[in-house]
Amino acid sequence: MQAAEPRRAPAPAPAADPVLLRVENAYKYFPIAGFGGASVRAVDGVNLEVRRGEALGLVGESGCGKSTLARLITALLPVTRGSIVFDGQDITKLRGGKLRKVRRKMQMIFQDPFASLDPRMTVGDIIAEPLDNYSIGTGAERTVRVAELLRLVGLNPNFTNRYPHEFSGGQRQRIGIARALAVNPSFIVCDEAVSALDVSIAAQIINLLQDLQREFNLTYLFIAHDLAVVRHLSDRIAVMYLGKVVETAGRNDIYDHPQHPYTRALLSSIPVPDPAVERDRDPIMLKGEIPSPVNPPSGCRFHTRCPIARAPGICSEQEPPLEPHGQRDQLAACHFAGQF
Amino acid sequence: MALAQPAVDQPIDWEVAEKQVGLWGDAWQRFRRNRLAVLGGVLVLFLLLVAVLSPLLVHFGLIQDPYHQDVANIEATPGMAGHPLGSDELGRDTLARLMYGSQISLTVGLLVQAIIFPIGLAIGLTAGYAGGRIDNLLMRFTDIWYAFPDLLFVLVVVSVWHPSGSPFFQLLPIFGAIALVNWVGLARLIRGQVLSIKEKEFIEAARSSGSAPIKLVLKHLLPNSLGPIIVTLTFGIPQAIFLEAVLSFLGVGIQPPTPTWGQMVFDGYEAVYANPTSAVFPALAIGCTLLAFSFIGDGLRDALDPRMRR
Amino acid sequence: MAQTLLQIEDLHTQFFTSRGVVHAVDGVNLHIDAGEVLGVVGESGCGKTITALSVLRLVPDPGRIVSGRILFRGIDVTKMGDEEIREFRGNDVAMIFQDPMTSLNPVTRIGPQIEEAMTAHNRFTQQQARTRVIDLLKRVRVPGAESRVNDYPHQFSGGMRQRAMIAMGLANEPALLIADEPTTALDVTVQAQIIQLMKQLNRELGTAMMLITHNMALVASLCTRIVVMYAGRIVEEGPVDQIFKNPQHPYTWSLLRSVPRVDEARKDRLVSIRGLPPDLSNPPPGCKFHPRCPFVIDHCKQEEPPLGEVAANQLARCWVLMRTVSEEAIDHARAASLASSEAAQKLKQTIPDAGR
Repeated sequence: MQAAEPRRAPAPAPAADPVLLRVENAYKYFPIAGFGGASVRAVDGVNLEVRRGEALGLVGESGCGKSTLARLITALLPVTRGSIVFDGQDITKLRGGKLRKVRRKMQMIFQDPFASLDPRMTVGDIIAEPLDNYSIGTGAERTVRVAELLRLVGLNPNFTNRYPHEFSGGQRQRIGIARALAVNPSFIVCDEAVSALDVSIAAQIINLLQDLQREFNLTYLFIAHDLAVVRHLSDRIAVMYLGKVVETAGRNDIYDHPQHPYTRALLSSIPVPDPAVERDRDPIMLKGEIPSPVNPPSGCRFHTRCPIARAPGICSEQEPPLEPHGQRDQLAACHFAGQF
Repeated sequence: MALAQPAVDQPIDWEVAEKQVGLWGDAWQRFRRNRLAVLGGVLVLFLLLVAVLSPLLVHFGLIQDPYHQDVANIEATPGMAGHPLGSDELGRDTLARLMYGSQISLTVGLLVQAIIFPIGLAIGLTAGYAGGRIDNLLMRFTDIWYAFPDLLFVLVVVSVWHPSGSPFFQLLPIFGAIALVNWVGLARLIRGQVLSIKEKEFIEAARSSGSAPIKLVLKHLLPNSLGPIIVTLTFGIPQAIFLEAVLSFLGVGIQPPTPTWGQMVFDGYEAVYANPTSAVFPALAIGCTLLAFSFIGDGLRDALDPRMRR
Repeated sequence: MAQTLLQIEDLHTQFFTSRGVVHAVDGVNLHIDAGEVLGVVGESGCGKTITALSVLRLVPDPGRIVSGRILFRGIDVTKMGDEEIREFRGNDVAMIFQDPMTSLNPVTRIGPQIEEAMTAHNRFTQQQARTRVIDLLKRVRVPGAESRVNDYPHQFSGGMRQRAMIAMGLANEPALLIADEPTTALDVTVQAQIIQLMKQLNRELGTAMMLITHNMALVASLCTRIVVMYAGRIVEEGPVDQIFKNPQHPYTWSLLRSVPRVDEARKDRLVSIRGLPPDLSNPPPGCKFHPRCPFVIDHCKQEEPPLGEVAANQLARCWVLMRTVSEEAIDHARAASLASSEAAQKLKQTIPDAGR
């Protein structure tokens, strides 16, 4: 029937997806030179989501793949397999100019305040570089913005002509933060942003990051090995082990009700700056060492060190899926989650 | 939502240490402290002056005309008859010829580097940044080129191609040949520099700031590799000078009557029984020049080494 | 009555650089008794490492011990001759460093390196040393010690290398072990193992330890007494419980409150110390901490406070002291912010949103 279609009111704009970044089945293998075809399985099937406006903490020890994952998310490394969906777009499929356009919305703050700033450029040029890349503003407008950015992070805007080596570690880290904010991103990945700093300087930066998140409505992915710092800054926390996410939960749930034995052991190992607590703390000692990411254990890759593993048995045969366990919004990858 | 106001009037951590000397300034200071390097620098400056001013000196009669054949005083010993360093078998003044010869040597030394630089830069930057197959291809090409015997190649080129005319035109094949043979070192060096800098965090930061590859290469990788590049180019100068001298010695360089040091050594070698000193002076000239540039090169290497910053 | 093993009296170690004299250690007094674990706490540049190096007379050029006494079992280390000091190092007092990868010789196997520590002092023969090395590695819980002895450092993981370093330090059964940031380069779970190991060694062998670190949690875990250093001086000292519960010096207080705790649910703002550590070749007048102190008064700028007793066994170098500071002043210190709100407002106006 060819009745004239009644005029429809324009469809309402779709509500903004609460998930800003979705990592879907991401893999990153680094082939090892030589024969044999072995690879370092740095990221081995990760599913993760970062919600708009939240601060997601990502923790794990050496070899867990968190830094590699950060670089997959910011497209500094190509994925071996899988997709990274940022604001509705799969960035693994983008190249060149299109990728650069998306980059504007996500920026990164790096670990080493000494190595993350080009020693041959002035601080003003460093911060203005993103503005230059995206042709934002005229020369004069950029100068103004750079000055504002410096003031924003608590640095004297008169020093735009100085070089990085003339600043302290904490100041350099703040220059890096100013640079990350220059183009008004919505998402910032902090890769061990405070690990290289002294205690009291780190505190300055942590406070600054929190203030900035509130002020600019930013979404953070905060990567660190220090769970205390992560707990302080994050809304939700994801724990990685040997290339996979083993647990995600809210910042309090993960501490009060860890579901994965690795999370539990990790938390119990962390010393607390309180002698009374320390005297009573009895860390769960994991046997053995972290296995090589070239040849991860079969089944659940944590089973070789797990205090509650059934191996030989389900734990050495079947890899547990990341599923809801424990509290609301808590996921864990364990056949015996929470059963300690 | 307002941020909490600063608890103290002065913003936290506002101050920056007093302006220190810049990176180039620091390098210059370190260079200056190295006596041998400064000596080398002085010598080279002196040579440059000599090269530039010698026609003037002839014009004002302070030194003899290097082309003038003082037939009465063939093979003069140093000091005789107005020839401070003697004369050759055609009576031409040795000192004057030495001074004019410096023009050729310096021109070759400096211009060859000017040709090598873009070639080595293009290949090194491309190979280092692109990596993978392009890198492989370029490096194999470089290896093959490197395997060519330098001198042989140069000899072939200058034998096949010898334009006549002004000394400058005659030099072209020599420039070309020496440059073509010597760019390999620079290309490899630049590639190595690029490879090591490519992994640094500030490059990652530039990429995540949206910098395009060209910008990364020109604004970040190149400026940070300049130190070793400058040193390599500096060491390349004496290499080129020496190669030119060898060519002249063999007779395939610039043709007489234009004086070149290599030629003078050959003439002196032929006349070694008649006039023993006539080979010594040009050889000394070559040696001192090479040494001077080497001292400068060493000094630059130490001065530009970031690890030695105080 | 515990026997005093190490007594440092008014130590001054200075560096003579082209920019002036740097007072790295500026009048330090401390003591360690047999079997105790002393924590030396402070941030980069406070002089804690140089103090330790001074004890072993390993201060690098252009530094020198300028004055003071370092008494080990009554004998002044600063006056020892070359032979004596070589005997002393590695034997009576041993030191382990932060990064085991750079402290171990990468081209020598682990076994011989530890053996060398023993044979250098002629206390054991080659044969005895060899068997002892395996024992030592077992004692520091290196699995498969018998075969691991023949491995190179790069074949060990980070945690195991640190254990090998500890084994080397303990090779000659020193009375005092100085550990400089022994766990900073290690993973959390490995750190827990090393902490446990050090506790065990202290208990079983009675080895006294000087633990140098900026990690307050580590100190809370291992130490019985702590000393807080700033700008080359001790600013507070006392038993660990007291200091953590009732720090009297504003620096100690700030340090303790700038560290987030993993067991805390609240997201209180961290206290951050404004400014930069002082230039030790040109320190500020009066109290060296005053430019950064949130509770500074005029007197602080004029005269440096002495180290005074503020409680039983607790000393602090401060005119103000935390117990006299008001609640409001403390809240003020917490609220201090780096980010400027007006700058934030202006920024939001200048550039359009990046199409969020």
